[in-house]
Amino acid sequence: MDSAPIVTTGLDLQTSFVEVLQGLGLSSGAARLLWLPLPMLTVLVAAVVGVLVNVWLERKISAAVQQRIGPEYAGALGILQPLADGLKLVFKEDIIPARADGLLFTLGPVLVLVPVILSWLVVPFGQNLLISNVGVGVFLWISLSSIQPIGLLMSGYASNNKYSLLGGLRAAAQSISYEIPLALAVLAVVMMSNSLSTVDIVNQQAGAGILSWNIWRQPVGFVIFWICALAECERLPFDLPEAEEELVAGYQTEYSGMKFALFYLGSYINLVLSALLVAVLYLGGWSFPVPVEWLAGLLGQSVDAPLVQVITASVGIAMTVLKAYLLVFFAILLRWTVPRVRIDQLLDLGWKFLLPVALVNLLVTAALKLAFPSVFGG
Amino acid sequence: MTLASSIQQVCFLVLAATVVGGSLGVVLLPNIVYSAFLLGGVFLAVAGLYLLLNASFVAAAQVLVYVGAVNVLILFAIMLVNKKETMAAIPGLPVRRLLSGLVCGGLFALLLRVAYTTAWALPGPLPVGEEATIRIGEHLFSDYLLPFELASVLLLMAMIGAIVLARRDVFSSDVITGEPADQGLIEKSRTPLLLDGPPASPSLQETAP
Repeated sequence: MDSAPIVTTGLDLQTSFVEVLQGLGLSSGAARLLWLPLPMLTVLVAAVVGVLVNVWLERKISAAVQQRIGPEYAGALGILQPLADGLKLVFKEDIIPARADGLLFTLGPVLVLVPVILSWLVVPFGQNLLISNVGVGVFLWISLSSIQPIGLLMSGYASNNKYSLLGGLRAAAQSISYEIPLALAVLAVVMMSNSLSTVDIVNQQAGAGILSWNIWRQPVGFVIFWICALAECERLPFDLPEAEEELVAGYQTEYSGMKFALFYLGSYINLVLSALLVAVLYLGGWSFPVPVEWLAGLLGQSVDAPLVQVITASVGIAMTVLKAYLLVFFAILLRWTVPRVRIDQLLDLGWKFLLPVALVNLLVTAALKLAFPSVFGG
Repeated sequence: MTLASSIQQVCFLVLAATVVGGSLGVVLLPNIVYSAFLLGGVFLAVAGLYLLLNASFVAAAQVLVYVGAVNVLILFAIMLVNKKETMAAIPGLPVRRLLSGLVCGGLFALLLRVAYTTAWALPGPLPVGEEATIRIGEHLFSDYLLPFELASVLLLMAMIGAIVLARRDVFSSDVITGEPADQGLIEKSRTPLLLDGPPASPSLQETAP
């Protein structure tokens, strides 16, 4: 396989860190070992802070949609409200129902949360700004997200409650049926960039700024992916597993305190993760709407100058987060303006509409790739 | 021994212990739900072993197919028909258990012998690591094309069979009872389901819109 040489190397924090430590007299292996936990902790903190921002946005935007004011006393504009929510959940009594299966009841929420956090492994914020550029990239995300239904089934079963069991079954059915069109939409993008790695997918969209983003070449794929991602996150209009009118709160019915907080965290981290992946797959990832190299050339700066590298990396992170939160904003707006679908409509949409459309999209992409290799990746 | 190789050793030991313990649990636990969840754990541990062998694509595929599809399907089946009923006592249970234990022990001894007599060192090329995805694709569409296509035909047959079994209106009558079997319940929801007595009086029907 002919791998094109990477044009820009960008900011490489790991190499710099290891070099500094080696300058202090540590061995290369020890320096690497000291580096390892840093990106993981950073991403974990970023994910949790992202959830807090998300909760605040949800409260404020829902208030705006319903012409209320929303939280305003906890900090300026109620910005500390999510922290108060979190503290409340931490201090709540942790109840395990008497007839429930204690072991599975505890394990369920953990199995829901852990794969979501693991998936952050492949989210890139820059050429070298990700935990690990694994070769299987997005495929790792798809396969990890397929573990989640087991956790949902587990907590639904262990609660010993008919609503929980029904909610768990619905959640598993939903995430299985939407995984297929999701994977097919991703496959079309992967076909264009000849690689599963998220970094390669973003690099393939570089070149002409906003014009070379995948959303122009894969508009259908973008819509399919976004619908499926919302369904995988169980966001309205697809929040059937926890439909209040039908199932109390679905598989979460019997949960309280920290175990409930794990579900809550899991669903919001998953939403931010899905938005980030949409940004990576379709909206050019960390790239600025105008190519940064071109801007640097305009200002007479070399792209490899240290200061320019730091600025480019910061702009990259800001762009990724900005794109993701724009999508989160749309998801929240959808939640508060769109009614919920019925379970049969949900499955119909998944199997009878999205699946065939995604298949056709894949075939058309393959044909276009053969016909116009320069535009659709050769 | 470097740090990386000792970490690998520890990972291997933990994963191997998980696989062995988990599979014993799958077979021996009386609660079928626990067995099913443990099976998922065993599949995950096997995926971890693939990762240790530098086969990350196979590991991800293992998680997607076995944990995400097969195991979820098993759990679905268990949870949809989870009736708590005590099994009827089977005559000669100890003898049966002894016999199946003997068969399993014999198989285990056979496998042990094979494991000890096989030369495991492969003379082939080094593992390709990240390139494996491309290599697997090339093989699937060249020298392994026929098995690949046959497997997909098999899956298609299974799928069509499942659809025929699930869509009972394909058969005009139930195979066992001989009564007409259809799924008309949803479509006929306008007629009241609990209508055992005489039909409603005509005056009521006329006033209804």
